[in-house]
Amino acid sequence: MIKNPVKKEQFVKWVLITFALSSLLFLFLIFIFILFEGLPLFHKVGLKNIILGFKWAPTKGFFGIFPMIVSSFLVTFGALVIGAPMGLSCAIYLSEYSGKRLKMFLKPALELLAGIPSVVYGFLGVIYIVPIIRDYIGGSGFSLLATSIILGIMILPTVISISFDALMSVPKTYREGSFAMGATKWQTIYKVIIPAAKSGILASFILGMGRAIGETMAVIMIAGNALRIPSGILDPLRTLTGNIALELAYATGDHRLGLFSTGVVLLVIIMILNYIANFGIKRRM
Amino acid sequence: MVRKLCIIVVALATLIISCSNKPADRAKKDKHTITIAGSTSVMPFTEKLAEHFMIDHRKFVIDVQGGGSTAGIQACLNNTVNIGMSSRELKEGEKTLNTITICYDGIAVVIHPKNPLKALTMQQVSKIFSGEIKNWNQLGWIKRSIDAVTREEGSGTRSSFEELVMKGREIDDGIMVQDSNGSVKEVVATDPYAIGYISLGLIDQRVKALTIGGVIPSIRSIKTGRYKIVRPFLYVTNGELDEDGKQFVKFVLSKDGQGILKKEGLVGFYD
Repeated sequence: MIKNPVKKEQFVKWVLITFALSSLLFLFLIFIFILFEGLPLFHKVGLKNIILGFKWAPTKGFFGIFPMIVSSFLVTFGALVIGAPMGLSCAIYLSEYSGKRLKMFLKPALELLAGIPSVVYGFLGVIYIVPIIRDYIGGSGFSLLATSIILGIMILPTVISISFDALMSVPKTYREGSFAMGATKWQTIYKVIIPAAKSGILASFILGMGRAIGETMAVIMIAGNALRIPSGILDPLRTLTGNIALELAYATGDHRLGLFSTGVVLLVIIMILNYIANFGIKRRM
Repeated sequence: MVRKLCIIVVALATLIISCSNKPADRAKKDKHTITIAGSTSVMPFTEKLAEHFMIDHRKFVIDVQGGGSTAGIQACLNNTVNIGMSSRELKEGEKTLNTITICYDGIAVVIHPKNPLKALTMQQVSKIFSGEIKNWNQLGWIKRSIDAVTREEGSGTRSSFEELVMKGREIDDGIMVQDSNGSVKEVVATDPYAIGYISLGLIDQRVKALTIGGVIPSIRSIKTGRYKIVRPFLYVTNGELDEDGKQFVKFVLSKDGQGILKKEGLVGFYD
């Protein structure tokens, strides 16, 4: 083997660089692959007919995914409405109020919540949330509301752990200064600590959004997958991810290409979201 | 350090190679393997047939996979499977394949057992799924919107249903979509206001099959041709089957095989 220590160092460095770049390579490959499969249909059918088209019937030549784009944003927004206040409150409690013992208990519990597979969330949704909505609120239960609730719970760990870190990174001197001015604990939290941790909290929401918009399995199970833009929170809906997973098994020819086009649109949306997130956060920091 | 790394890499590589190759090699040596893939409607019945077949033919390994009619037909065209399963007739461009009809299957329109409705006409069914009838009170039940469930675009059951029931009408976009017979059944079994359509063979006490146009869906009414929502279950092959495949198909079409299908609620060729 290599005896020279300097050469050995070099060798290890190059091995590690190769592995480090491989992740970039995978990203690149995924990008090329999706564009390669998805773009031909844009050329064939027209960008406008796909992105702004209302009718999805790929076996009959209609590839409109506008309702799914809207639906994806609706469930993401719904998930934020439910998950963001809950997650932020939890993070504030953990960082400002809870004692060490409770923190030791709560944090691992939250990590466990993040580790539960999405199919289990979907199953719970089908067994409990869907029937409860159907019996007490109305509609079939497979709805925007049910999906938002489940996704809201699913993004909790992301929101909590990142905003918790942001709150914890606020220097102790800020708190002490505020107390010295005579502010109460709550005044300190919402006037000093939250504004100081704003960029991190915002990042937690945006990462939560990323999780919600990309979630597939749980969404297929509880969203009802109807092809129309929901007219109320009790209507079923289909997301972009759901569309791909639902139909890929049976799709051939243009139908399959249509699903890849859905993937292209999803990729572009996520890229835009990430860009906005990075830009917004950096400027605030 | 480097040596350790190399050893680990080599060990991993051998592990992966040994895992991926050996069982298949062994299977090839002294076992006859038949791979079958396609329609998720035909799959459960093929699995059952394969189970029975393998009891008497210990040297056979039959690998049954889902994927859908279209995927099964494609796989057969590409020669990646020996037999493809389809729950719809072949379309143009697929006609080069040989088809073997193994039995017939009715598509039953199902509702929740608590729903008092017993019968609908073909036209009423098509109007429910095209969105013209939206409320149960239009069919003489309580005032509550109908939760109709359909299958996804590309499914064999859906294309048969469109052809046999919808007859030119389009399935409404506002209707829920599920991606298998099983999940349609699950929705209908849990939602008292739901209506859907599934393979007749899957009916049990959890869902209620409707009488359509005065005819109860049953093996008898399908056999006599009175129940109209019927489709063939096909095995498709690319050219001549090999000996192993032929033996299995022969078993499927034999009295024993057809008896198994009949027990499952399908309509075969013997009484």
